[in-house]
Amino acid sequence: MHGAIKKRGEHNRSWGARLIVLVPYLWLATFFLLPFLIVVKISFSHTAIAQPPYTPVFDPAAGWEGLKQALSALSFENYALLASDWLYLASYLKSLEVAAGSTLLLLLIGFPLAYGMARTPRRWQPIVFVLVVLPFWTSFLIRIYAWINILQRDGLLNQVLLALGIVDAPPAWLSTDTAVYIGIVYSYLPFMVLPIYATLEKMDETLIEAAADLGCPNWRAFWLVTVPLSRPGVVAGVLLCFIPIVGEFVIPDLLGSSQTMMIGQTLWTEFFGNKDWPVSSAVAVVLLCLLVVPIVIYQQMETRDPAGGR
Amino acid sequence: MGNGGADTRDDPHKQGRRRTFAPWTDPTARALVRFDGVRKQFSAVAAVERVSLDIFAGEFFALLGPSGCGKTTLLRLLAGLDMPDEGRILLDGEDIAQVPPYRRPINMMFQNYALFPHLTVEGNVAFGLKQEGLAKSEITTRVEEMLALVRLEGLAKRKPHQLSGGQRQRVALARSLVKRPRVLLLDEPLAALDKKLRGETQFELMQLQERLGLTFIIVTHDQQEAMTVADRIGVMDHGRLIQVGTPPEIYERPNSRWVADFIGEINLIEGRVVDVGASDTVIASAAAGRLRALSPTDAKPGDVVWVALRPEKVRIAHAPPTEGENCVVGQVGNIGYLGDLSVYKVRLDNGIVMKAAVANVTRLVERPIGWDDRVWLSWAPEAAMVLTR
Repeated sequence: MHGAIKKRGEHNRSWGARLIVLVPYLWLATFFLLPFLIVVKISFSHTAIAQPPYTPVFDPAAGWEGLKQALSALSFENYALLASDWLYLASYLKSLEVAAGSTLLLLLIGFPLAYGMARTPRRWQPIVFVLVVLPFWTSFLIRIYAWINILQRDGLLNQVLLALGIVDAPPAWLSTDTAVYIGIVYSYLPFMVLPIYATLEKMDETLIEAAADLGCPNWRAFWLVTVPLSRPGVVAGVLLCFIPIVGEFVIPDLLGSSQTMMIGQTLWTEFFGNKDWPVSSAVAVVLLCLLVVPIVIYQQMETRDPAGGR
Repeated sequence: MGNGGADTRDDPHKQGRRRTFAPWTDPTARALVRFDGVRKQFSAVAAVERVSLDIFAGEFFALLGPSGCGKTTLLRLLAGLDMPDEGRILLDGEDIAQVPPYRRPINMMFQNYALFPHLTVEGNVAFGLKQEGLAKSEITTRVEEMLALVRLEGLAKRKPHQLSGGQRQRVALARSLVKRPRVLLLDEPLAALDKKLRGETQFELMQLQERLGLTFIIVTHDQQEAMTVADRIGVMDHGRLIQVGTPPEIYERPNSRWVADFIGEINLIEGRVVDVGASDTVIASAAAGRLRALSPTDAKPGDVVWVALRPEKVRIAHAPPTEGENCVVGQVGNIGYLGDLSVYKVRLDNGIVMKAAVANVTRLVERPIGWDDRVWLSWAPEAAMVLTR
């Protein structure tokens, strides 16, 4: 009896529910999977002076034979190029280095900031929250241009340093890695702070009292209780920062040097400078694979040991 | 069930212990925990107002009161989680004001259990021992022992969210007991359990406390729970300790109308003292006429007092009793059938309502007293208490 009722309920639900579940999948398939498959296909193609600038092009009119021919014309040569030319490898390594370094900096700055926010008296928290989000209200590009002003040779930073007597001659900030790190940390800080703040803010404060009661001074309770419980927020913040930073183009282009390019810049050059769609597609596909790896590793970890219990 | 834990006072296990264990009656006994004029204020509200209280080693002490009465604050002051504004807290004769919570030989079981969600049952129980820097092998043995004691052996590797409410409660208990504290504080330890499980766990707590010979201080708003488990009860209201005594003392000799009303059911009849004898007091009441109570009181003739009567001590009958003392007449307005008891609400001719509880000693086939019956309520002079405030 009970089972029968349940089954009928499931049946009633199925049509509407399936449709609703289908919507995000359709969206992803149309606007992510399909374009991505096109990019993958282009990455196996050859450059051509044509419209579009690569061959082969699938021609439905050519029929089955035409499709077979087009498929046989595809090759791995673009990937071979990526592997053989030091320029690409250096770009990828540079991107990973900058992303890892700046994510670490973001964590070191963002965690205490989020902790401070969560510890702020409740009635002040909305104000602190707005202060963190406020920079978003100004255009990202304008903020990066502002950093150019601050970091240039006669910019605000050097003026202050000279006035305080910290340096004798103005050091060069702009067009260095330091400038890139400064720009990235500045731009991405809210993405690190907000998820960590969200987990810390939810944390039950009696847990710290319980730790104290069990013989644990506050600083140790921080490491033994607060930090492990904030793990989901830390992981979210790290992924939210690391992934886009690897592909970052604007900040290194405006603030960094032209000596070593990050992969986003390389991709941009291939696409707009060299008009080489197949190679730039291959660069993009490899980049995506590179980013999927850490996410898969994290998910594997999660299924084995769910974070924080709940 | 319906009325003030009469069943547990007949428990031979408890009574045997009570006969021999009463350090509070011994003037030479030294208290393990002493609150001395302790006061704690939060913003403008005094949470604890000049509380002085001695609790002895081996005692199971209950702090009882409505929510917001300051009982949890008193517990937190002892645990060191809050600091008193005034007064001293002594443990074994030594002021512990300067001792931080993590160095006090006192452990607390929190109301929401406060289990660490990222640690297993084992990890939670071992947490306190690891802080002491004990050897790994000793930690393992003690954790195993403790898990066996609270019957959680099979669940050592589970996380708190994989446990039932009752199991979580036992993990919290094990975690606070494993450090072998001088005093164990329990903040509403059973509030989250359902009634049946609560009853069983109360009994287990009593057994555990006696077996380990520890001092337990429990905070509860449930008077039945306090009566069941505790050697002595401290009744609190608005930050003040109103009365401290054994469960029978609190129930049979409350020191005020507030305590009488908070613990169990009570009938209160206002009157004026006419005569005070060697042991008995005569009161003239507008509602019930002339009443006699065999109850020691410091009231003087002319004082306004209240005669307090527990419903189970009131006799109810269709005819007036043979001796005419302490008798009122009225009409049955309502009958509450509780299974073990029937509670009659009787409206007296002058309008006030009195309650009489009758044990259903035989199976109820036909109710001898029905709705709207005219009944006589009477009671023995020794059943009545005279309260002056």
